[in-house]
Amino acid sequence: MRAQLGSCARIAMGAYAPGDPSAQEPHGTYDPRGTRVTADVLPALSARVRTAAHPAADVCACGADATSVLADRPNGTVVRHGATVVKAHAADTARADLAARLAVAAHPGLDGVLLPPLTPDAAELDGRPVTCWPYGTPVDRDDPDAAPWEAAATLLAGLHRTPDAVLPPGLPPMRGPEKAARALARLRAAGPHPAAAPVLRAWAVLPPWARDEAPMPDTGTLCHGDLHLGQLVRAGNGDWLLIDIDDLGRGDPAWDLARPAAWFACGLLPPDEWTRFLAAYRKAGGPAVTADGDPWPALDVPARALTAQTAALAIAKSVERGRPLDEVEMSVVDACDRMAAIPPELAKGRPA
Amino acid sequence: MQCPKCRAPMHTYNRNGVQIEQCSGCRGIFLDYGELESLTRLESQWSQPAPPPPGAPQAYPAAPAPAWGAPHGGHGGHGGHYGHKRQKSFGHMLFSS
Repeated sequence: MRAQLGSCARIAMGAYAPGDPSAQEPHGTYDPRGTRVTADVLPALSARVRTAAHPAADVCACGADATSVLADRPNGTVVRHGATVVKAHAADTARADLAARLAVAAHPGLDGVLLPPLTPDAAELDGRPVTCWPYGTPVDRDDPDAAPWEAAATLLAGLHRTPDAVLPPGLPPMRGPEKAARALARLRAAGPHPAAAPVLRAWAVLPPWARDEAPMPDTGTLCHGDLHLGQLVRAGNGDWLLIDIDDLGRGDPAWDLARPAAWFACGLLPPDEWTRFLAAYRKAGGPAVTADGDPWPALDVPARALTAQTAALAIAKSVERGRPLDEVEMSVVDACDRMAAIPPELAKGRPA
Repeated sequence: MQCPKCRAPMHTYNRNGVQIEQCSGCRGIFLDYGELESLTRLESQWSQPAPPPPGAPQAYPAAPAPAWGAPHGGHGGHGGHYGHKRQKSFGHMLFSS
């Protein structure tokens, strides 16, 4: 069933990412794309989401509490009104790329994998493209035991097995390496920090494609591009779906497995949860890793890149906010220190 | 009893099962024979994770891990290593771009 939670006739709009901790970043501070955002899109977006939720009514009777801000960042402001969510994407979003990504999410071939938009096109609001979605219930971040590892893996396998015929001609590459490179740029711009050196060393030993300095060698597979647990929601029928199409595109599917892989390698994700995730991905026929044996030949480079990205953002935020790194962030920096000493081509099992 | 230092009355408190006397004046603490060792023992139990129960079955065989992996990450087991760090990293790191 598609677009089950409402209608959105008058406007067009994008994905929503509830509960991303960086949602608390004050807007008007740092835009990863290098521009300052001063206009407050929230009031207009709140008006939009009310209209989207009640396209045929002149008056909204839901009350003031029905509208809530799920995220407010320069690259993604998300407002919910009842069963409807609108997202204002980054102002410099390539409109054609967003249109192609929206078309993928709306395609019946992705039913049960990607949350479909309520309308097929993006609207414009204060210079930002806006998309409209049904609301879904996010993963409970206070309950690690309930994390849907199998569902996440099965959804990724389904995404990665999408036939090429489903993909629109203009679908761009997934933006994983671009995001990682932006995180490293943010680290360099944040100023000196004692933990920056190991992260920069770990980054330097990566192949150019993983640093977004060369095209990806594998562009045959539809990828999410930014998978984490904030990218799953439960739809009205109770099934989990992937959300947030901003980084969706063609690429190496191992990138989508690399964040859980990196969490495991950094000692943040217990081995049995990682094993459950990997086993479910393999069981669902996911193509990113071999059906059995050591998955690390495929995962090593993307997991390194995401570890460096995570460490870079943690350090940059700690500098910007004048707070020390916590022990979780330090364990990611420590992993960068170790990986800098073992370049990918020397890593165990790395194919030539 | 009276404080041997300032002569104010001392009051008895129970700290983790150990009786200690504290002076109501200078706040000094008087320990009986063996009480310091008892407190030290309690402290070390607090900071060291409990050993896993003997013979506890491991749900999965050890998963392969990269050479740069954390010393305890990726080599099996549920020890105290993942306890509070897991809770902290889950809500924080695992939901973030």
